[in-house]
Amino acid sequence: MGPELRSWKEPHRLVLIAIGIGIIVFAAVNMRWDWLPRYSWRLVEGVGTTLWLLVLTSVLGFLLAVPLGLAQAAGPWLLAAPARAFCTVIRGTPLLLQLWLLYYGLGSLFAQYPEIRESWAWPYLRQAWPYGVLALTMSFAGYEGEVMRGAFAGVPKGELEAARAYGMSPLTSFRRIWLPRAIHRALPTLAGETVLQLKATPLVATITVVDVYAIISRVRQDTYLTYEPLLLLALIYMMLTGVLVLAFRWLEAKVPVKS
Amino acid sequence: MLDWIAGLASWELLALDPPGWGGVLLKGLAVSLQVAVGGYILGFLIGVGGATGKLYGGPILRDILDVYTTLVRAVPELVLILLLYYAGTDALNQLMVLIGAGPMDISGLAAGIFVIGVVQGAYQTEVLRGAFKAVPHGQIEAARAYGMTSLQVLRRITLPGMLPHAVPGLANLWLIATKDTALLAVVGVAELTLVTRQAGGTTKSYFLFFCAAGLLYLMVTLISNVAIRRIERHARRGMPAVR
Repeated sequence: MGPELRSWKEPHRLVLIAIGIGIIVFAAVNMRWDWLPRYSWRLVEGVGTTLWLLVLTSVLGFLLAVPLGLAQAAGPWLLAAPARAFCTVIRGTPLLLQLWLLYYGLGSLFAQYPEIRESWAWPYLRQAWPYGVLALTMSFAGYEGEVMRGAFAGVPKGELEAARAYGMSPLTSFRRIWLPRAIHRALPTLAGETVLQLKATPLVATITVVDVYAIISRVRQDTYLTYEPLLLLALIYMMLTGVLVLAFRWLEAKVPVKS
Repeated sequence: MLDWIAGLASWELLALDPPGWGGVLLKGLAVSLQVAVGGYILGFLIGVGGATGKLYGGPILRDILDVYTTLVRAVPELVLILLLYYAGTDALNQLMVLIGAGPMDISGLAAGIFVIGVVQGAYQTEVLRGAFKAVPHGQIEAARAYGMTSLQVLRRITLPGMLPHAVPGLANLWLIATKDTALLAVVGVAELTLVTRQAGGTTKSYFLFFCAAGLLYLMVTLISNVAIRRIERHARRGMPAVR
């Protein structure tokens, strides 16, 4: 990134930038954007839903990834095998299929049981977002669980032996040494995984969760426009990705990492 | 609980012949695999071109390729698929009108291959660029000093040298390609995920069909993994073992 930023004043780049601005101006003038003010507030709300889904499922997914990684790296066979099977199935099937399995499959299954329909959970289970959260969380956990397995296995044995030599109990040494060192090792992959997770969130619109993608689909239905809403959507996601990448770069600069 | 198990076990729905939906699912799988293979090959061609362009091209070409790979990797595949699907079919139709052939029906298969190919191309460009750069420069210079032509250098030194570095990334992208085909369900291509949903919607046995489709996808992944391990071992022969 450094040399590119440094040399943006090169003549050919100036020409390319001018062409880029020209395309944007052309799109702004010649395409239809009159719908934008009417939907602007809903778009902001949609971005809010997208970000809320991203943060919630990433955090929950990571919390789930820690035991999944630990079970695979050091657990007894009885724990390691199911954890490995979970990661393989999640990573081996499309997220869209998992999402539809949960929403249509589980959803229609739940509806058959009066016990569930009369329980306190039913008002939530009737809605779409719990299934979206569940699918996205499991997906993040599956991919990051594989990373955590490597991270746990890669912590040098000597450090754990040193912890034991100092008289730490297994739990203390896990809390003080093993877990922090493993998270430390997994940190560089976290930025990429989170960007992937952001790019996975629009799938929940296919099960009627109203995120920013769903709002844009609504615009497309209402106005019969094809390109303008989609181009705006691409721009929104690009900006969100950019913000995420910058945020993680800032975070990584805070945590000392031996390269 | 009993009728739940009975509901799970209405296996005759998976029969291959028309009252059952097994044949439909397998046809969907065939479409998915065709799109994945086609898109992957198209992506590989774009990737080879993109990587050579990024490494040896002029400054303008390099910048344009940077914009391409950055854009594709920053926007969700679902959005890209919609944009490219509409833009691609529109552009082709206008081209046909321009040469006087009249608008044509573009098959979902061809459009899907195009879309997956463009997305894969961006990622493969990056993988191949990294692999090309991993070949020690001294080896290429030595080959030149022996009087090899650039084509011979490519065939004898660069390609075999980059392969071990490219295979893990390319293998990963193949697995992503097979799963990305599911997104084409959103634009109505009759691939495995969409036909599964149709089968589930018609019979109301969503659980059965989605599990069956999941198993099919999983089989593709697991079989691919076996093949990948073989290819990797072949590409890495003569190199020091990792771990």
